[in-house]
Amino acid sequence: MNQPLRMTGSATIDGTAIFSQLDLTLTPQSWTCLLGASGVGKSTVLRLFAGLAEGVTFTGDLSDPGRVAMMAQQDLLLPWLNVLDNVLIGARLRGDRLDKDRARDRLAQVGLADHADKLPAALSGGQRQRVALARTLMEDRAVVLLDEPFSALDALTRAQMQELTADLLSGRTVLLVTHDPSEAARLGQTILIMTPSGLVDVTAPTTSIPRDISAPDVLRAQTDLFDQLRRPV
Amino acid sequence: MTGWRAGIAATCLALALWQMVIWITGVARFILPPPALVAQTMWDSRALLAEHAVITMTEVLIGLALGAALGFVSAIALVAWPTARALVRPILVFSQAVPVFALAPILTLWLGFGLWSKITMALIIIYFPVTSSFFDALMRTNRDWIGLAKVMGASPARIMWHIRVPAALPGFASGLRLAAVYAPIGAIIGEWVGASKGLGYLMLLANGRAKTDLMFAALIVLAVLTILLHATVNTLCERTLDRSDVS
Ligand SMILES: Nc1ncnc2c1ncn2[C@@H]1O[C@H](COP(=O)(O)OP(=O)(O)OP(=O)(O)O)[C@@H](O)[C@H]1O
Ligand SMILES: [Mg+2]
Repeated sequence: MNQPLRMTGSATIDGTAIFSQLDLTLTPQSWTCLLGASGVGKSTVLRLFAGLAEGVTFTGDLSDPGRVAMMAQQDLLLPWLNVLDNVLIGARLRGDRLDKDRARDRLAQVGLADHADKLPAALSGGQRQRVALARTLMEDRAVVLLDEPFSALDALTRAQMQELTADLLSGRTVLLVTHDPSEAARLGQTILIMTPSGLVDVTAPTTSIPRDISAPDVLRAQTDLFDQLRRPV
Repeated sequence: MTGWRAGIAATCLALALWQMVIWITGVARFILPPPALVAQTMWDSRALLAEHAVITMTEVLIGLALGAALGFVSAIALVAWPTARALVRPILVFSQAVPVFALAPILTLWLGFGLWSKITMALIIIYFPVTSSFFDALMRTNRDWIGLAKVMGASPARIMWHIRVPAALPGFASGLRLAAVYAPIGAIIGEWVGASKGLGYLMLLANGRAKTDLMFAALIVLAVLTILLHATVNTLCERTLDRSDVS
């Protein structure tokens, strides 16, 4: 996937405009963070890329990202399957061969090698989200869509998950929707704020990700973002 | 354990009340036989009761299995094909307005005096609760699970089989629990309308000959078997289909 992914156009649901004249480009193999007020249409953008926007009418141009991987705020683990089978669910749903060794490798990457046989109910929220990350990695897609994947986690677990995810998804085209300016400053190689009148490009630090929370450029980007988000539109 | 103790205590209380009613009112024994007489009859006629109980339970179990299987398949079909849903659902709801008892003579006419008219009666009576509780559970599948599965490239059939059906099994289980209570009712109605075997037939026969004690004995055997069936189905469901962690 070396073509930039682009979405230009407007979306409505039942005749109500969700966003109009949006022009969004995702740089290949880099992280784009999308922020913005609640209800402005961030998840809708993500669902349009994923081909899941039932009920949304989109007029404009939308490049086809091919098959994508997706991870959201809820881990969406199936409670009746153990951790390993949850990681393998994509293959099972497509009728592909079940590559258990690779699934175990993915679990090891997220530090859950010893939990393969447990049910999701036996894990903590942070561990469950790591299983969701292993499931996302298992899909092995060039484009990965993340919708507030860490927002339900405590601060420490969230920081760890940000680092783990940035490491494991490096080299992929990632769209991360988030409400957290600090998260965007740590992970965004492009940082965009979505407003009803279009996208606002915020200067992102140029260092490699995941960035140190306390690095001066990260703190500056975070402050900038706060100001931008507070600015009335 | 407390459940068992409460059950035994309740049974003793019921027996005591029964005996008291007889002492106080002095009602004739062919109207209300005393518990001791019924117990005696149960013991004396144990072979007869067992023979008819086996027939009734055969009807009930076959009806239950067929009704559960048919309900399982129909619920999936109704969910999978919206057209089928639009056509069949009103019929299903309307069919609930017809008193099933009224169908028993027709079934006997069509299927004869043997097992099949009773099995069909039991099947008809349990089909709706099984189908509708499984259907409702299938329709309640978490939309986000389905969305994720679509993104992963799953076909509708695989989404049904790997996500919707397993997610809805607890709903199927609650349908089965109801069915375990309703199925014996269906079989007994079938036997009342026309049969030469079974506990329902035995009750009518005993009634006709003023053998009220035998009638009560058959009734108690039926009640105990129904409770056992319900308890068995309940335990099986708890072991296999129920999940406390469904989100
Ligand atoms: N099914 C629907 N019918 C009508 N309107 C909808 C529907 N789904 C979403 N919307 C509207 O679309 C708009 C955008 O929703 P979306 O979920 O994309 O927002 P968001 O930016 O992701 O918000 P949040 O930050 O709270 O997640 C909202 O105003 C919402 O009310
Ligand atoms: Mg959202």
